[in-house]
Amino acid sequence: MSTILEQISKCIEFGKINLASPYPPDMKEQEGADELTKKAIDEGIDPNAILDEALIPAMAIVGNKFSKNEIFVPQMLMSAKAMGASMEHIRPFFQSGAAKRKGVFVVGTVAGDLHDIGKNLVAMMVEGGGWEVIDLGVDVASAKFEESINQHPGCIIGLSALLTTTMTNMGTTVKELKAKYPETQILIGGAPVTTEFCEQIGANFYSPDPQGAVNFLNTIAS
Amino acid sequence: MKTILKGRSLEVEINTEGPVIIIGESINPTRRKKLVETLSAGNFDFVHELARVQIEAGADVLDVNVGFPGVDDELLLPETVKSLQQEFDVPLCLDSPNPKAIEAALKVAEGKCLINSVNGEEKSMEAILPIVKEYGAAVIGLVMDDNGITHDPEKRLGVAEKILNRAGKLGISPEDIVIDPLAMAVSADPNACKVTLETIKLVRDKLGLNMTEGSSNVSFGLPNREILNNAFVTLSILYGVTCPIANPVKITSAIRAADLLLGRDDYAMKWVEHFQNTQ
Repeated sequence: MSTILEQISKCIEFGKINLASPYPPDMKEQEGADELTKKAIDEGIDPNAILDEALIPAMAIVGNKFSKNEIFVPQMLMSAKAMGASMEHIRPFFQSGAAKRKGVFVVGTVAGDLHDIGKNLVAMMVEGGGWEVIDLGVDVASAKFEESINQHPGCIIGLSALLTTTMTNMGTTVKELKAKYPETQILIGGAPVTTEFCEQIGANFYSPDPQGAVNFLNTIAS
Repeated sequence: MKTILKGRSLEVEINTEGPVIIIGESINPTRRKKLVETLSAGNFDFVHELARVQIEAGADVLDVNVGFPGVDDELLLPETVKSLQQEFDVPLCLDSPNPKAIEAALKVAEGKCLINSVNGEEKSMEAILPIVKEYGAAVIGLVMDDNGITHDPEKRLGVAEKILNRAGKLGISPEDIVIDPLAMAVSADPNACKVTLETIKLVRDKLGLNMTEGSSNVSFGLPNREILNNAFVTLSILYGVTCPIANPVKITSAIRAADLLLGRDDYAMKWVEHFQNTQ
């Protein structure tokens, strides 16, 4: 019999949200991330341990499978939902200070661009990597990022752009943010974005996939 | 309903009764590093190659998007249009979020272009529709507005009506409005394509307009994209799409098949011709 943390980890890896969820079919009528996380907390397991030994490793497995094309966007979203169900039970401990996250990650799709899938995947992977994520949505102007930096000093910014025509706005946003907050670390991503473009516009890091963003953030946090 | 587009001399008719007209999507810098490099160097050879390959594969109209960081598309779009029209006669679909680039291209373009695109946002309609009228172009109307993208087909129809009415007030005829019902990724929302198909049906039944769609969007984030794109374009044609934007190299067979199976290809002439051309 596996430990409860291993069970939670499996639920997140395969996207088993709760008892009622029929997915994945081979875990039907089993308890999901929701029930098991509640149980773990009721048993007195440290929420930090749930995060470090169940959520974070499970989401890392998911991210790596996605990078290798072993799973696809729908599977990622199932895992994210299961992680979200688990996180609901841990959230009160963040507020009370009993559990800690690695930092604040503010993410959004740049002005003029309405694509949200890639940005959402990064947001959920980073949250699953142990960070507090503030998702500003799509078509986000520089001023909104500035507001977030003021509210959360030391936060890290993630910018997404899916069109060559909106990449230009990514450059503008980086320029404006770096002018006022030169210390702020900025990650960028999206289909047309490249490492060269990242260097050109003076952003700190480019990742072609969500797991790369998580790995980079971990180097900052440690 | 017939939307007429023109190249230098070649006329293309998009007809709600069919057959389907293919707008080739490949002149677009996203994921085409070589296009960015060659255009940055003022070299149009690769654009011409993309045009030739698409026309040979069945494209009737070519979408032209040359927007990328570090380039002034108010200069580059008209230059690309001129260069393409020296070599090719197919009508062009001018694709830019910048109304000034569109207008600059219309000034030099011969024939009658399709503009990609206007949407239901006040700002967009104010900027684009007067240009459509002034240059006698046709325009793609995206069914989103100041409230963003709705997932309610009736509301998407409402945005289409709004664009149609606003265009009508400026004297643009319904023939020159081509609606884009917004094809979105089914990987993120299992109902995404159903919403699009229902929108297509509503626009056809209530407005009777020609319709395009970005057929390759639906398969984002999934394996075997080509099969999904082909299945979706086939369903879309059944519901009322008349001029999808897609990669003709990959989608023409599915489109010719749809036309044939819907009784729009007498003696299977286009189907057989496509088979012979791609042997």
